[in-house]
Amino acid sequence: MTVTESRLDPATAVLDTVVAAGDGFLGTIPAGGTFRIVDLHGNQAVDTLVYDAADVTNRYSAFDTVREQGALYLTTGSRLLSVRLDLLATITDDTCGRHDTLGGACAQESNVVRYGEHTRHQHACRETFLRYGAPVGIGARQLGHNINFFMNVPVTVDGGLTFADGVSAPGKHVQLRAERAVLVLISNCPQINNPCNGWDPTAVRLLGWWSS
Amino acid sequence: MTVLLSHDVPGGAAWSVLVRAGREVRLTALGLGANCSTLLFAAHHPVDRLNVPDTMKAQHTARVRAPMVLMSDRGLALCSVTGSSLEWHDVLCGHSVDAHVARFGPSSYQRDGNAWRRSARAGLLAELRKHGRGPADLHGCVNFFAKVATAEDPAGTLAFVADHAVTDDWVTLRAELDLLVVLSTAPHPLDPRWAPRAVRVEVCTVAEPAADDPSWTFRPESERALLLAREVLA
Repeated sequence: MTVTESRLDPATAVLDTVVAAGDGFLGTIPAGGTFRIVDLHGNQAVDTLVYDAADVTNRYSAFDTVREQGALYLTTGSRLLSVRLDLLATITDDTCGRHDTLGGACAQESNVVRYGEHTRHQHACRETFLRYGAPVGIGARQLGHNINFFMNVPVTVDGGLTFADGVSAPGKHVQLRAERAVLVLISNCPQINNPCNGWDPTAVRLLGWWSS
Repeated sequence: MTVLLSHDVPGGAAWSVLVRAGREVRLTALGLGANCSTLLFAAHHPVDRLNVPDTMKAQHTARVRAPMVLMSDRGLALCSVTGSSLEWHDVLCGHSVDAHVARFGPSSYQRDGNAWRRSARAGLLAELRKHGRGPADLHGCVNFFAKVATAEDPAGTLAFVADHAVTDDWVTLRAELDLLVVLSTAPHPLDPRWAPRAVRVEVCTVAEPAADDPSWTFRPESERALLLAREVLA
């Protein structure tokens, strides 16, 4: 766990928006811009995809990122790489300490597999990704494996993997620096069948500083 | 069991094969330290494909082993891992790209002939394009025969295990839907050596799964994905 804290002042942010539980966000961060996600109420998974703004086929790659950093969890210093190994963004601050990128996003279909047929029509991240991604040409084929900010998915030495209680808390944040112009596609996770949102999905705040 | 097709994919090459639902794909390592970076697609759907995160979280595992099932973006069982001589196949580290191959120096067809060094990405893409697919279809893969150990330290440190597979190690997959299997035998991206090994791919007829089939009874999540795949075939 690596905890660092930014000194950027929210009062000077050019982007300041609250994403309600279960809602999404699509925005462009210019090269060099700083983007912060604040877990307002604690233990809220923020499913996040990053794309090269110039070419959505050059998308964030979870498995390239973990392999090249030689470690499974994301935190300050993690370099978010694309499928071409281009550097899309760097995590520059993190008051939570560790984030998941193995667990993927919830979907109506995977909810049925995990929890049963009664969850078929519950809202899910994949719905939000497809809705918010459509205007820029991000469809099912362009959905890579995402980051789950503020989510805790420990892996054991014997290859076990579980969704554990969150390590986040109200007011914790994570901050990225865009290393080129990037699109950020977010689903503020509506999952209610496991502890990834503390069984109670809540709003998050997004802040951006494009020059500092 | 009848072997319908047997093909030895040379080390460092790529191949693709269509497999009917109910048949078995048997992969056999033909050398020490083999690797087989493998993508799976539902043959009759435009985008449905292996989803590694969904497969892992549904079955609480960060490795591929028997008797788990490999699941798609749409929550369908694409195949069951019906058996393997190995308890761990890597699913966390993706396939190699050109930068990994460049570590071993320049290589081209003109220079090295058919032994030229090509990344898994290059090979998988070449095969995908033969099926009307492209870079957007490169998703998380399974690296059959490879192991990358996971530490329980704060970072979750990864460590490549050299020569995890030996000659004749094997894994069998029962197709639960009609599949497009796309694979590369380029070395694992974390393998410090360029020592590509051949892999035998066989497609066989096998008996219908019994009532106590280990994949059907592995976990409730595995069973539900298998039932959803059966509904697609209905």
